[in-house]
Amino acid sequence: MARIELDLAHAYRPNPQQDSDYALLPLRMTFEDGGAYALLGPSGCGKTTLLNIMSGLLVPSQGSVRFDDRDVTRDSPQARNIAQVFQFPVIYDTMTVAENLAFPLRNRKVSKEQIARRVGEIAEMLEMSGQLNQRAAGLSADAKQKISLGRGLVRSDVSAVLFDEPLTVIDPHLKWQLRRKLKQIHHELKLTLIYVTHDQVEALTFADQVVVMTRGRAVQLGSAADLFERPSHTFVGHFIGSPGMNFLPVQVRADQVQVAGVSLPLPPGRALPDGELKLGIRPEYVELVAPGASGALPVKVSRIQDVGTHLMLSAEIAGQTLKARLSSDAEQLLPGDIVHLRVMGEHTCFYRNEEIVS
Amino acid sequence: MSTTTKPVNQKAWFLILPVLLCVAFSAIMPLMTVVNYSVQDIISPERRVFVGTEWFAAIMRDEELHGALWRQLTFSLSVLAVELPLGILLALSMPAQGWKSSVVLVIVSLSLLIPWNVVGTIWQIFGRTDIGLMGAALQGLGIEYSYTGNALHAWLTVLVMDVWHWTPLVALLGYAGLRSIPDAYYQAASIDGASKLDVFWYVQLPKMRGVLMIAVLLRFMDSFMIYTEPFVLTGGGPGNSTTFLSQFLTQKAVGQFDLGPAAAFSLIYFLIILLLCFILYNWMQRVGTQAKEGGHE
Repeated sequence: MARIELDLAHAYRPNPQQDSDYALLPLRMTFEDGGAYALLGPSGCGKTTLLNIMSGLLVPSQGSVRFDDRDVTRDSPQARNIAQVFQFPVIYDTMTVAENLAFPLRNRKVSKEQIARRVGEIAEMLEMSGQLNQRAAGLSADAKQKISLGRGLVRSDVSAVLFDEPLTVIDPHLKWQLRRKLKQIHHELKLTLIYVTHDQVEALTFADQVVVMTRGRAVQLGSAADLFERPSHTFVGHFIGSPGMNFLPVQVRADQVQVAGVSLPLPPGRALPDGELKLGIRPEYVELVAPGASGALPVKVSRIQDVGTHLMLSAEIAGQTLKARLSSDAEQLLPGDIVHLRVMGEHTCFYRNEEIVS
Repeated sequence: MSTTTKPVNQKAWFLILPVLLCVAFSAIMPLMTVVNYSVQDIISPERRVFVGTEWFAAIMRDEELHGALWRQLTFSLSVLAVELPLGILLALSMPAQGWKSSVVLVIVSLSLLIPWNVVGTIWQIFGRTDIGLMGAALQGLGIEYSYTGNALHAWLTVLVMDVWHWTPLVALLGYAGLRSIPDAYYQAASIDGASKLDVFWYVQLPKMRGVLMIAVLLRFMDSFMIYTEPFVLTGGGPGNSTTFLSQFLTQKAVGQFDLGPAAAFSLIYFLIILLLCFILYNWMQRVGTQAKEGGHE
């Protein structure tokens, strides 16, 4: 087990000139020993590159990787003592389930009794004890991926276990089960787990800390609550949540916030620099208020969707779309109506150049 | 019980008539001619005697045939024993990508493009002790090499010639199999701490199994019917040390004009090949379905 410190950048082509040449822009990050982390981002954002750099399958073009203050930048996965689980199940066709699980231990010359004990434990955790003597090749994709997971977890002394979207091929209901299983295994084994995914639900339920990535940049590292309440980058606001955060261009002058010609007072205790900013607010925090109430913003309703537990209101203001999550007993609204919404409150965030300022 | 019955129209049988005619002229009738010869002793166009299964009985007891059959089996198994490991080794050492892989692929497949009788001629010259590179070199090393005089030398030369000609096929098939293994398998093996030998044994070989089965089938059947190359190189000699089944048959039918025994043997040869095909095909089918059950790609 180890604390992983990254201070690196990576480009697949030689002599990168501009930002777009980099698969990973310069970043500095620390993964604490025993933590459960997720790397979250859309396809092509560099999360798998980052994972492969940590596991040692890839050498970063600049910078270093340190495990517990030991420089391992050029070490092989074996030397780093890393375990990794891939997107598609990787199993050894000619071996039985038990032999598959024992393979990483056998290669490290672990004693027979210890292998048997450890394989038994892992099989128990993954509920595969009954299939130990079956040939791995004949099993379903789900079961094969469980074997891959098991091979990742079977060594108790690993520095970290890395998962590269391991549940892509798994059935939805099993996915949920396996995710819980992983969480439980994390508590029992106290391994450092790093989990790559593009599914925010998966990331937020699995990890204590989530790294959100976009276009080769790690834009925020934080807990699920941090990412939800105070996205440090507009991309995080946009990417996390369903639907994502609302953004409105605003002008700030002397503690007055101008939104589409309406002047709103700043909430008490908040200070903002003057100039062009972007206001961000989650649909969950937008309130329906009476006309004339303080901070009321008049908007035109464009669509109302009944999502069962609540109503999703889409409204327009000065060419911008604003979404609000309203309780389902809210008054009857029709497209074309003018309603008043409050967007200013303690949950409102402000951004300049996509970065949070307040 | 259903009250509606399907309309019956037997005229549809006429639709397969063209195929039946084609097959009749291309396969059934020629084969029947052979059957016809195999049960008669044709002394002259006017005089022929029905002999029943006599030719079959005679040919089954023919010592020369037994010799040719054993020689053939030994040869085909030797071909497999040499070409399979060598082809796999070649496939493993071929570069995976880039211009180097294209160049190597072309060079490796060159020998497959040469016509059979040209291959025989090339080796005939190659093995000559006066002007041939191999023959002269062996002579220079003090080996009394002669593919025309020494039975063992002749047999080995034919084997080496076949290996030279056809190992590239096994290598190409193996190469295709290797290229279809996803990178994740190698990465996982490296993370699991597998040695190079482990990777070969537990990842590469099982993943190549499908294409190697095809290689076994092709090489076995092809070598079992080998004719042109040894015919050009050694003419079946010295003695009959390199007379394989095809050549034995040709000698009987064309050389000695023993049409009856030759026809009887043709049928037996045909049945042997049919039987081996059947066994290999079923074996491959079984392996194929196993691979399908196990595969996820």
